[in-house]
Amino acid sequence: MSGFFDLPSDLGQSWPGLVGLHLREALLPVLAGLLVSLPVAQLCVRFRWIYPPVLGIATVLYAIPSLAFFVVLIDYFGQSETTVMIPLALYSLVVLVPAIVDGVRSVPPETLAAAEAMGFGAVRRYFQVQLPLAVPAIIAGLRVATVSSISLVSVGMLIGNQGALGNMLYAAQTYGRPALAVNAVLTIGVLGMLADAALVLLRHLLTPWMPRKGAGR
Amino acid sequence: MIRIDAVTKRYPDGTVAVDRLSLEIPDRAITVLVGPSGCGKTTTLRMINRMVEPTEGSILLDGRDIRQQPVNTLRRSMGYVIQNAGLFPHRTILDNIATVPRLLGRSRRQARDRAAELMERVGLDTALAGRYPYQLSGGQQQRVGVARALAADPPVLLMDEPFSAVDPVVRKQLQDELLRIQEELGKTIVFVTHDIDEAIKLGTRVAVLRTGGRLAQYAPPAELLSAPADSFVEDFLGADRGIRRLSFFPSAGLELQTAPLVPADADAGTLAARATAAPYLLVTDADGRPLGWSEPGRLTAGAVDRDELLDFGRPFVPGTDSLRAALDGAVLSPTGWAVAVDGEGRAIGVVSQQAIGEAIRAAHGRVAERTEEAAGR
Repeated sequence: MSGFFDLPSDLGQSWPGLVGLHLREALLPVLAGLLVSLPVAQLCVRFRWIYPPVLGIATVLYAIPSLAFFVVLIDYFGQSETTVMIPLALYSLVVLVPAIVDGVRSVPPETLAAAEAMGFGAVRRYFQVQLPLAVPAIIAGLRVATVSSISLVSVGMLIGNQGALGNMLYAAQTYGRPALAVNAVLTIGVLGMLADAALVLLRHLLTPWMPRKGAGR
Repeated sequence: MIRIDAVTKRYPDGTVAVDRLSLEIPDRAITVLVGPSGCGKTTTLRMINRMVEPTEGSILLDGRDIRQQPVNTLRRSMGYVIQNAGLFPHRTILDNIATVPRLLGRSRRQARDRAAELMERVGLDTALAGRYPYQLSGGQQQRVGVARALAADPPVLLMDEPFSAVDPVVRKQLQDELLRIQEELGKTIVFVTHDIDEAIKLGTRVAVLRTGGRLAQYAPPAELLSAPADSFVEDFLGADRGIRRLSFFPSAGLELQTAPLVPADADAGTLAARATAAPYLLVTDADGRPLGWSEPGRLTAGAVDRDELLDFGRPFVPGTDSLRAALDGAVLSPTGWAVAVDGEGRAIGVVSQQAIGEAIRAAHGRVAERTEEAAGR
């Protein structure tokens, strides 16, 4: 009788190994998505007219099933982690771009006017005023993108066991061990919640300037 | 001196915000731009630090075109205070104030020392230094805004409706504080407001702008009140301008009468002697503070019933208060006499409405003489 955390050897990984792999495959795309979204969102703020088409493109990308992406990407990257991560990164844009745009736009106009009047150039204004003030909105977007990415990684099992914890779902069928499927689902759920909690904590640390619930004047 | 020379601001859609405006803004004085919304006052202010570029005309600062220096250098040499303060929500009060010194390359330590000094200057408790803006009241935030504008000790201060968003009590405090700070620092202040009373209270000179960005009148406040250039300015000044103008006439010259003052414990002899001095007597307490008016016949020695006394209105301080305060005191008092007190609130005399009226006529006469002299020159 195998234990709950003992995995079939053909998965090629221990349980902790799969957890690490899963986190890498889920979080790297969100990070890449964030790095792409920041300049894209800034362009959308600067040139208002490009925001609707950008949002349209992001939405269309989100609507494309990952399987369709895999078919194309396998030709270039093979059955690899990269092939799994590229669609995930693209999916994150649909959440992150609007989150950052809203965050940057929510900076009070008088704060921006004051910054301009005090002699902040555009770059300084972006990095010292707009971006820090957009942090709550950006983290709100990251929470959605991260949790969805953690759950979506599993689909990578379809292209030769690249789904990290998702691979256990397939193994559960093959070996008739439903406990493996239960393990995968529970672990993915817990990872999602932990990642979310970590982001909430990060926001708390980054924004001591936000009014706190229950804190009086 | 800031010289605005035939400046026009026309937007691409054809709207003219400012129309061939020329103004000379003197150094070390408060110049107020006032007018209804759409009169271009904020646009004019923003052209001084180039947040708005004029379509035509030029602006000279100490004889030099403001376009001759890099825009951010120009802006760092001018403090800017905005409605709702516009503080950085993510920076502490101290770091908000230290912003411009930091931009100018001062060390963090120097900038913060300076910021702490300014907190005291604008009347903020330095215990607030580590707080964030959301933890402060609107009035406190506005003080921080003023401190931030002053932090790099700029010669020029631009203020865009800085006190419009706070309640009237706090607004009055902030106005008084600004006048006090100005007394100490002597900045060249350009102050935009839509509130004519604020303009008259703060301005050394007031520029009244009309819709469409044209100058209606540019004059010291007393002159604005006594001789509005046209019906637009007169309407904008609103009612009571004769009464409001009295704020600019000192009450020091009023002849005070002391005979009607009687202490509450006066003996029968004193009361009898004073009975014919005036139609009413002002009863004072042991410290000399006014208690109220009474008709001489109603007073009995040693037994003054305080509840029987008539209200004495609002006393004025000769020399500090204006003729307006004196007249107000006389009007508020049922006897028609105003009570003059010293700084400690002790009655030093009384003055009748008639005497105040004569003082007003005399003051008008002096102004007329000065105007004629000026015209003759």
